[in-house]
Amino acid sequence: MSETSLYVLQQLINGLTIGSTYALIAIGYTMVYGIIGMINFAHGEVYMIGSYTTFIAIIGLLTLGVSSLPIVLLLALITAIVIASTYGYAIERVAYRPLRGGPRLIPLITAIGMSIFLQNYIRLAQGSRDMAMPALVTGGIQFGDPAVFEVSISWMQMIIWGVTLVSMTALALFISRSRLGRACRACAQDLKMTNLLGIDTNRIIALTFIIGAALAAVAGVLLSLYYGTINPYIGFMAGLKAFTAAVLGGIGSIPGAMLGGLILGVTEALTAAFFPSEYKDVVAFGLLVLILLFRPTGLLGKPEVEKV
Amino acid sequence: MQRALFPALFAAGVTFLLTCLVIGVKLEQVGSELTVTGADPATWGWIATAVVIVFLVQLFQSPLGTLRRRLPAIEAHGLLPGHRLREQLRPWLIALVIVGLCVWPFMVSRGAVDLATLTLIYVMLGLGLNIVVGFAGLLDLGYVAFYAVGAYTYALLSEYFGLSFWVCLPLAGLLAATFGCILGFPVLRLRGDYLAIVTLGFGEIIRILLNNWTNVTGGPNGIGGIDKPTLFGLEFSRRASDGGETFHQYFGIEYVSSHKVIFLYLVAVLLVLLTLYVINRVQRMPIGRAWEALREDEIACRSLGLNPTVIKLSAFTMGAAFAGFAGCFFAARQGFISPESFTFIESAIILAIVVLGGMGSQLGIIMAAIAMTILPELAREFQEYRMLMFGGVMVLMMLWRPQGLLPMKRPHLELKNP
Repeated sequence: MSETSLYVLQQLINGLTIGSTYALIAIGYTMVYGIIGMINFAHGEVYMIGSYTTFIAIIGLLTLGVSSLPIVLLLALITAIVIASTYGYAIERVAYRPLRGGPRLIPLITAIGMSIFLQNYIRLAQGSRDMAMPALVTGGIQFGDPAVFEVSISWMQMIIWGVTLVSMTALALFISRSRLGRACRACAQDLKMTNLLGIDTNRIIALTFIIGAALAAVAGVLLSLYYGTINPYIGFMAGLKAFTAAVLGGIGSIPGAMLGGLILGVTEALTAAFFPSEYKDVVAFGLLVLILLFRPTGLLGKPEVEKV
Repeated sequence: MQRALFPALFAAGVTFLLTCLVIGVKLEQVGSELTVTGADPATWGWIATAVVIVFLVQLFQSPLGTLRRRLPAIEAHGLLPGHRLREQLRPWLIALVIVGLCVWPFMVSRGAVDLATLTLIYVMLGLGLNIVVGFAGLLDLGYVAFYAVGAYTYALLSEYFGLSFWVCLPLAGLLAATFGCILGFPVLRLRGDYLAIVTLGFGEIIRILLNNWTNVTGGPNGIGGIDKPTLFGLEFSRRASDGGETFHQYFGIEYVSSHKVIFLYLVAVLLVLLTLYVINRVQRMPIGRAWEALREDEIACRSLGLNPTVIKLSAFTMGAAFAGFAGCFFAARQGFISPESFTFIESAIILAIVVLGGMGSQLGIIMAAIAMTILPELAREFQEYRMLMFGGVMVLMMLWRPQGLLPMKRPHLELKNP
């Protein structure tokens, strides 16, 4: 293969890696939107908190003398999920539940306030400087002609794909097979009717926030290990990107969020391959605008009927 | 009490989980190594206090709730004099306020006048955004983009073509309005929250472009040495530039540096008064009525033959124009601009001013702008916590008073009970 095509292949691999984490975060947006029709603007901050707890848990465990890498990573994953889910739950309870049923703009504004609050809360508690951690998972496989261009897939990238695949499958099974999952789907269809049928919709809504936060925490673990650096401001951009992914795939649709994340990640990686990398954010938002213009319901979304 | 015990324990547990790892443990970068240390006992003391407070509040929630309901609600409008009297007093009050605004800078310190100028910029931005958010009900999270367009218009035109502030002011407004129109045209068909995110994205795009288009905008280094406004060609510097004349030379008075600050302040007052006048007139025009009608019910509007796109676009464009004026003035006052001044947080602050003041209420917005700029100055020692409190207040305010401090009162008739 020629050098360019190998280079594009490498960018595709990188794009799929980032894209799968976008997809994980995007599910939080899309599930919440599907049920209560609001944009949980503070979702990106949950991802950021997940990254911080990952770092704290990993360094803490290593300091305590736990040396087996798989155990450290697993425990860090669990810690991040528990803490981030608690944040997801608390955000819903404090900032959104009291406003339910009011005008639509109001919860969006509290969400922005919550996002600013959480960002600065972490900044004050942990400092605003970048934290860097040496890579824990190193190595990978290389292929292609070393004389032309060597394509490499690191183990970390494979872990990201694997974990994303497992989480997505688990979520899909939960939503389609379990009783609670059925209740979630019922809520998404008609919140009032579900309530009349004796399902505590407040609990289901809280559950969606918790699931979304847990998946954002998984993304936090994966990305913080992949990049190796975190700061209190990473949540903003990641949240925006994930939201773009959710809209791209059709907000409210879970398979759409997965597809949207992957498309966004690949587009960004390919842009970064041929243009200065600062412009990849511009391309992401440009893509969002184009999608909304020509297909406002996204790739897999259903058109919304306006009722008087 | 017994029934409240479990939720209270649950809430306390949640609080503990929220705080234990994030506040109770500290990550530190020592060289290339990261370390984790437990926080000092005082911090853990705070965490424990927080957990206990949450527990107790949840436990005694129902008695507290009844207590709160007994407290009388605050009604700001009740404090104002009667309607008839207010109408009579209004022109006098306005005249008094204008005279007061023009006179007081001569009696206070230079710093206070400078702060007042900054406040007036925010008042102008708040009033402009109010057209979009308050009147037309469109949530615009990228308002700062138009502010940036205005500021960069003046900075670039003055640097490359040597145009003066007064020439650039209308140009900045026009260009920002054009931008608003171009950006608004495609996105205004979207529903509320989509619009919010797309405008946010546009705001970011503009900032990224300004940051990376280094050979024109200077990138992150910004543009410095922007000319200050002049009074009919009279400059406010110590020495006149080539072919110019300074204010103090022309009037044959001693050079005082605070003249420049006061002049800038008076220009800001003029701009704000102009903004208020224009908005108040437009609000009573058919287009202004249409904005509010559209906010209340889009479908009803459409069935009455109003074109929602044109109406929304006019609100968006007009809001953008005022941001352009404010940006132009900001560049002139600051003398230096960089993309750092136009981040998302700036949009959030302007939005917070509109929301805290009460969407649609101009008096409320002016109050909120004053509070938002003066309070951080007073609380200098809390500078660290400023943004934290800002976010918290935004949430609490919406929970406590979603309609804002001084909600808009629409003219209406009420049938009194016989």
